[in-house]
Amino acid sequence: MLVDIRTEFSVITANPRILVESIAAFLEKQSMMKGPSGPHLVRATREAGRWRRHCQPTVEHGAGMKQMRQVKKASQPSSKTLPKAATGIQGLDEITGGGLPRGRPTLVSGGAGAGKTLFGLEFLVRGATQYSEPGVFMSFEESIPDLTKNVASLGFDLDRLVTDKKLFVDHVSIMRSELGETGEYDLEGLFIRIADAVQRVGARRVVLDTIEALFGELPNPSILRAEIRRLFNWLKQKGLTTVITAERDHPDRLTRHGIEEFVSDCVILLDHRIREEISTRRLRIVKYRGSTHGTNEYPFLIDDQGISVLPISSLGLDHDAPAKRVSSGIARLDGMLGGKGFYQGSSILASGTAGTGKTTIAACFVDAACRRAERALFFAFEESPRQIVRNMRSIGIDLDPWVRKGLLQFHAARPTYGGIEQVLLLTHKRITSFQPSVVVVDPVTNLLMVSTQNEVRSMLTRLVDFLKTQGITTIFTSLTAAGALEASEADVSSLMDTWLLLKNIEVGGERNRALYVLKSRGMEHSNQIREFLLTDDGLRLLDVYLGAEGVLTGSARVSQEMREKAVVTFRRQELESRRRELERKRRIFEARMVMLRAEFEVEEEVIQQTISESELLGEEVVQDRGQMVLSRQADSSSYKKDVRAKAARKR
Amino acid sequence: MKNRPKKSRPTGKRKPGLAGELEQPGSHSRQAKYILRLYVSGSTLKSALAVENIKRICEQHLKNRYDLEVIDIYQQPNLARDEQIVAVPTLIKRLPHPMRRLIGDLSNLKRVLFGLDLGMREQ
Repeated sequence: MLVDIRTEFSVITANPRILVESIAAFLEKQSMMKGPSGPHLVRATREAGRWRRHCQPTVEHGAGMKQMRQVKKASQPSSKTLPKAATGIQGLDEITGGGLPRGRPTLVSGGAGAGKTLFGLEFLVRGATQYSEPGVFMSFEESIPDLTKNVASLGFDLDRLVTDKKLFVDHVSIMRSELGETGEYDLEGLFIRIADAVQRVGARRVVLDTIEALFGELPNPSILRAEIRRLFNWLKQKGLTTVITAERDHPDRLTRHGIEEFVSDCVILLDHRIREEISTRRLRIVKYRGSTHGTNEYPFLIDDQGISVLPISSLGLDHDAPAKRVSSGIARLDGMLGGKGFYQGSSILASGTAGTGKTTIAACFVDAACRRAERALFFAFEESPRQIVRNMRSIGIDLDPWVRKGLLQFHAARPTYGGIEQVLLLTHKRITSFQPSVVVVDPVTNLLMVSTQNEVRSMLTRLVDFLKTQGITTIFTSLTAAGALEASEADVSSLMDTWLLLKNIEVGGERNRALYVLKSRGMEHSNQIREFLLTDDGLRLLDVYLGAEGVLTGSARVSQEMREKAVVTFRRQELESRRRELERKRRIFEARMVMLRAEFEVEEEVIQQTISESELLGEEVVQDRGQMVLSRQADSSSYKKDVRAKAARKR
Repeated sequence: MKNRPKKSRPTGKRKPGLAGELEQPGSHSRQAKYILRLYVSGSTLKSALAVENIKRICEQHLKNRYDLEVIDIYQQPNLARDEQIVAVPTLIKRLPHPMRRLIGDLSNLKRVLFGLDLGMREQ
């Protein structure tokens, strides 16, 4: 008997459950065709039921055995954690800790245009292409050509997946106008269509989009509800990971017809809200039975690569802290930062009032990175790339070659184009795809236009965390209102490792740029103010002068410089003249000395002459006296003494 | 239209379209040939009931001018897809026009007859 039935149903033996059911149905029909009614039919049905039970183990040894086992293995893993089916949707698998509950239905609810259909389709497409899990898409609203066209813009080629037997798309449409109800019914038609589709591609994933449409088309909601419940149970029993989309028409309810009560495992809410004229899409996991999950509202984005859920609030603070330093592109600034520049992977805030040169600092940094053949990504929220390139050329920084070489990429868009999350997502995606080592966000304050301070701060926290884990050095510029210089907008300064403050100093009727290093974590840094000059050949930092009225910059500094130069010259001249005078005096003195000596010599000569004359004269007197004594013969000895003394005195 | 088909048939001047000539859409349902397809799923109670009901109705109201086919969608899932069968049992009236689908086990006779353009006064 069993063999007969199996040959009869050979077409569908691949799926044991269908086989069993078919056998039962066959039996029932057999008994029915004999023209039974009442108790006979009931007995046949009962018999069939028994057959179902009987057949199950027998079939397992048959053709469907292998598949059956695989299904079992997949739905009952050895580990105790809930098995999950990765969605492949960017970011969602992180929030859910691995994906949707495997083998169970998940409800995706949201208002019109929230992205439900896309969610479902991406789940299938990624499943088919990345995880080799084929899928079945049951569309209750859109026709297949419409669907194909709509998702083609997202890079999904449904036609190819269908021909490759990785995907089966079925459009369920009921023309209400043709319809009449004549009694009790069930949704067996739908069951069979799904079962057949599942079997054709060996599907592991099913999407029902949007099954609640049936409520509008089929009569008798109570039957429908019971049948939908049965359908969900059936899908679960078959171990199919199912996404059921539902439209949310009221904030208090998840679905229009309350089918969420049948889906108890996982409910995801998609939201599309508008605040201050800017729309953001958000995703929240309302419940996920048997699994931990992120509970926040996560922004998500639909773009040409499908859905990306925002990655992901807190990445934790366990990023690396490389000791490598990178140059800021301004030698003097490197000098102010311990002589080596910024830490790699650090975040730098350049804040200042309008026109203080924030973008220029960023451009210098980018230029330096490109010179080192590193890639740089420039997010410009205020200027167009061409404008930036032109403006930087005026100070001798040519970014154009880097753009042409592919080392520098610009991403310019007003943040008002989308919500803040969109901005974050875009930055994130661009960074992930371009893999730069240097990033500029110019300016972060523009984000405040689209969101509140709190949100900007949390967004920046996420961005900074992300950049740090990637080891990307980033300059954020921030426009501050004059007067509140050190209070950075959005209060982001605590997120930053290095904070450069740019300031306009107003002295003597002119404004001049100045730069401080307000903080720089983990390195020695200068406490000095530097004047900051934009010249034709780049950016220069100069010492400022401290005068009586404070720091001197610009022409005040120049005049001070000249004044100092004059003073120096004057002093030098004075010194020289004194030296010359000294010399002159010395010469005068020496001349005088020569003269005096000459006079002295003259006098000396005269005196000598006199002396010698006198001596001569004295001797003659003595001789005369001696002769007189000789002649008088008296007191000769005492007289001689006297004469000698006189002669000495005279000399 | 309001006449009961049973009565009208014997008094009808022309024999209804046994020859299979196509009637003008929507008109003269009393004479038109009916092409009916009943989609059932295996042999559930509802399916059996529907088969029974439609056979009876056809015999009573459309004798000799109907073409009824009972299709088990278990065996032909493709057909279910092509014919957009969701609810089972579904009776599709292909001809005469307009096409109509009647879902359910066809136990509400009044509605079945109305759906088949066979008059409302059937009890």
